[in-house]
Amino acid sequence: MDYFKLTVREISEAVQKNPAEGSSVLKSLASRAEAVDPKVKAYLKIQKDFPDSEKSAKGPLAGVPISIKDNICTQGWETTCASKILAGFIPPYDATVVRKLKEAGAVIFGKCNMDEFAFGSSTESSAYQKTANPYDLSRVPGGSSGGSAAAVAADEAICSLGSDTGGSIRQPASFCNVVGLKPTYGRVSRYGLIAFGSSLDQIGPITKTVEDAAILLNVLAGHDPLDSTSANVPVPDYTKSLTNNVKGLRIGLPKEYFAKGLSPEVEKAIRNAVKTYQDLGATIHDVTLPHTPYAVAVYYVVAVAEASSNLGRFDGVRYGARVEQSNLLDMYLETRNQGFGAEAKRRILLGTFVLSAGYYEAYYLKGLKVRTLIKNDFEEAFKKVDVILGPTAPEPAFKIGEKSSDPLSMYLSDIYTIPANLAGVPAMSLPAGFSGNDLPIGMQLTAKPFDEETIFRAAGAFQMVTDFHKRKPQLG
Amino acid sequence: MTQFEPVIGLEVHVQLKTKSKIFCACSTSFGSEPNSNTCPVCLGLPGSLPVLNREVMNIAIKVGLALNCKIANKIKFDRKNYFYPDLPKAYQISQYDMPVCGKGHLTIELKTKKDGKDVTSEKKIGVTRAHLEEDAGKLIHEGVKDGSWVDYNRGGVPLLEIVSEPDIRSPEEAYEYLHSLKSILQYLDASECNMEEGSLRCDANVSIRPVGQEKFGTRTEIKNMNSFKAVQKAIQYEIERQSRAVLAGERIVQETRLWNEAKGETATMRSKEEAHDYRYFPEPDLVPFTVTDEEIEKVRRELPELPEERMQRYKNEIGLSEYIAATLVADKLLADYFENVVKEDIDPKLASSWTLTEVTGCLHARYIPFEKNPVSAKELAGLLKLIENNTISGKIAKDVLPAMIDEKKSAEVIVKEKNLVQVTDTKAIEEIAKRVISANPKVVEQFKGGKTQSIGFLVGQLMKETGGKANPKIANEILTKLLS
Repeated sequence: MDYFKLTVREISEAVQKNPAEGSSVLKSLASRAEAVDPKVKAYLKIQKDFPDSEKSAKGPLAGVPISIKDNICTQGWETTCASKILAGFIPPYDATVVRKLKEAGAVIFGKCNMDEFAFGSSTESSAYQKTANPYDLSRVPGGSSGGSAAAVAADEAICSLGSDTGGSIRQPASFCNVVGLKPTYGRVSRYGLIAFGSSLDQIGPITKTVEDAAILLNVLAGHDPLDSTSANVPVPDYTKSLTNNVKGLRIGLPKEYFAKGLSPEVEKAIRNAVKTYQDLGATIHDVTLPHTPYAVAVYYVVAVAEASSNLGRFDGVRYGARVEQSNLLDMYLETRNQGFGAEAKRRILLGTFVLSAGYYEAYYLKGLKVRTLIKNDFEEAFKKVDVILGPTAPEPAFKIGEKSSDPLSMYLSDIYTIPANLAGVPAMSLPAGFSGNDLPIGMQLTAKPFDEETIFRAAGAFQMVTDFHKRKPQLG
Repeated sequence: MTQFEPVIGLEVHVQLKTKSKIFCACSTSFGSEPNSNTCPVCLGLPGSLPVLNREVMNIAIKVGLALNCKIANKIKFDRKNYFYPDLPKAYQISQYDMPVCGKGHLTIELKTKKDGKDVTSEKKIGVTRAHLEEDAGKLIHEGVKDGSWVDYNRGGVPLLEIVSEPDIRSPEEAYEYLHSLKSILQYLDASECNMEEGSLRCDANVSIRPVGQEKFGTRTEIKNMNSFKAVQKAIQYEIERQSRAVLAGERIVQETRLWNEAKGETATMRSKEEAHDYRYFPEPDLVPFTVTDEEIEKVRRELPELPEERMQRYKNEIGLSEYIAATLVADKLLADYFENVVKEDIDPKLASSWTLTEVTGCLHARYIPFEKNPVSAKELAGLLKLIENNTISGKIAKDVLPAMIDEKKSAEVIVKEKNLVQVTDTKAIEEIAKRVISANPKVVEQFKGGKTQSIGFLVGQLMKETGGKANPKIANEILTKLLS
């Protein structure tokens, strides 16, 4: 039995019936990873031995293996953020989401590759390895959660966790033909997520199906007393939203999302999705998100400012790499110079600049004000519609190396995903088609704060009548 | 140097007395094994997040109210970014533009001489603001060859930074300001206020200007003073240094100077021109919240009686002298003890003089700090009652007290055991008085001749005969009667 092909739901049902199947699942997944990861390179680490206790684990995720992006702390297991500066850092504690998954019976299978410190949209900036897109090994899997998405796409993970600050779950999900959800800001605890943009980051599930994402969110969501920004909002059973009924659902299409820059193939897939929804009884409306053109600029002021501060602690004093020198200043300079990659340095410099005396008002403060306008755009739109539909990325997966020397062009690929982080609203990418050269195209559904239920309702119904998510890559 | 007027402002950092740190549940206790009171949060480990300890906020509001400050309704924190090994996150969570406490003031007592007499006057010193922040760890350089050790136990301990207006005009005023502030903080039980342990730290900003000039001169910042006296001495030195420099035509450099206690002088540390750009921005990991006026009122109602109020009550209601009242109020332990004695229906003047002289004297001689006073207020009241009802004389009582401490017995028991009960039987005293009179004819003659003080000698003899147990007042009366 090829357990590695199964979904979370299928595996948890099998293990509930027969707990002994848990170890067969792990064996199957491990040999799949052994077979395909040399090509995909999604994993930084794969667990070798699974303690017996896991085999008799109880809970809604009993026996389900899950792979974790390497910026989420796993106790006793090296966590590097794919950076040299955290080589050897072994967290003495589990992130809250990891603890919750373990309590639900899940088995932590491996740590996934990513862009260094989550800075990127292609996973190419990892200090350790480049991950390939399973649908075309010469192309990027997207980023920064490229490893998490590629592993699920290649069936060498049953499901995974990613993190999303400007699109880092949704864009790779789109490139790799899987489902990726960024929850509402505050829905899932950030405790144990190595911070990039503190006011933007969220951890979310990357899965083979919409249903799997709902099952995982049930476990991940909830208030955490260790995270002051986590919301005290009750967690519904998200699987109950999979009603397969979108009659009367009001879907908004932002006119700004169908402008210059959108690849015609992606637009075609989205227009087809619109037709599918119309056939299912949903109504389509035009909405406007007028401040969309400013989103990327705001993000690259606000997010990098927070990042520059969050990365200050990596100084060689307490953990991770240290370059010994004869004095403190040189130790700081050499450790950070050698430990950080180019993109990390770029963002630290930018962030430090926009916060510096004389520039704070013009950049950071102004950025925060425009951010409020972007948030208001969504509030206005959601007075008219229940969910917003659009493309996840302007084009399908690009070639490895194509954008790595053009940071600005790389930044612009986040144009459709960034607004949701700035506004704090939930958004999901799910498979919506393929390009002429068989590359996955994802569509994005965005909803009001804490209304992941509407996203699941809409996404679930779409997956009941489409097959895109079932088309697997040819990995042999 | 009297042509220059000193202008002084003080920045005081107090560690607030909470069980846990400001952003995590680690213990704040002083003196633990290095790095034993730490956790991912106060170590700033990757992925950790701060959570505000609300008790810290309560204490800060109490201190603000006691300093007559306006309390902010919106509470927000900011990051202050800089690199140093004792700062694990490379930023300190502090408050920049919205401190929890706004403008306020405290009153200091100044002793001056007017027409040769000691006069006490009051002066208000303004408080600019008080804000919350987390303390950093401690670097240890001594005994280390190539490098330093870092102990993060102190990292995350809550600090309240209290900034005074530049209203202070002398080293003595600075000392009184610290004294007053410490008294208030002790009354609120807000801090241990121990400069040696670091729970109270003080930096001074000092400048001078020609008398009559409104514009401030260039100021220097003085650090590294480890006691209130050191603050006073350092400021004194700095005033003199700046005065000499200005008179010699030199320019005062705006800089930070360290006080050297051993040498008794300040020396350059670094120039304030190279001041850091801390790149303050609102702390995104802590959600701003509101404190309503009702909540602030509730805290105000729960404030204990503060030193100023207590002072007025002692002077006006109880009728204690200025000096006695001030000495009691200055130490909350003494004042509380005194009040508990008075509660047992003891005359306040008797209670206060015994508290301030006999009790503290006995403890001091035995190296017992007042916090460990073995004689409870009730037990002292027991002793003083014996004086009030004439069972023993005040003089005898002064011997009973040390016996109470050393033998751990009550006053009544000791008086009984040592047979110290005062002799008040007039008949018995009269008998002895007659004996004393006949035994000292010369003195009797002197007394009858007009030297009325010589009765003191006779009283003394009577006291000797009775082993000190006769009531001296009665003895005096009887002798006087017999000799008249």
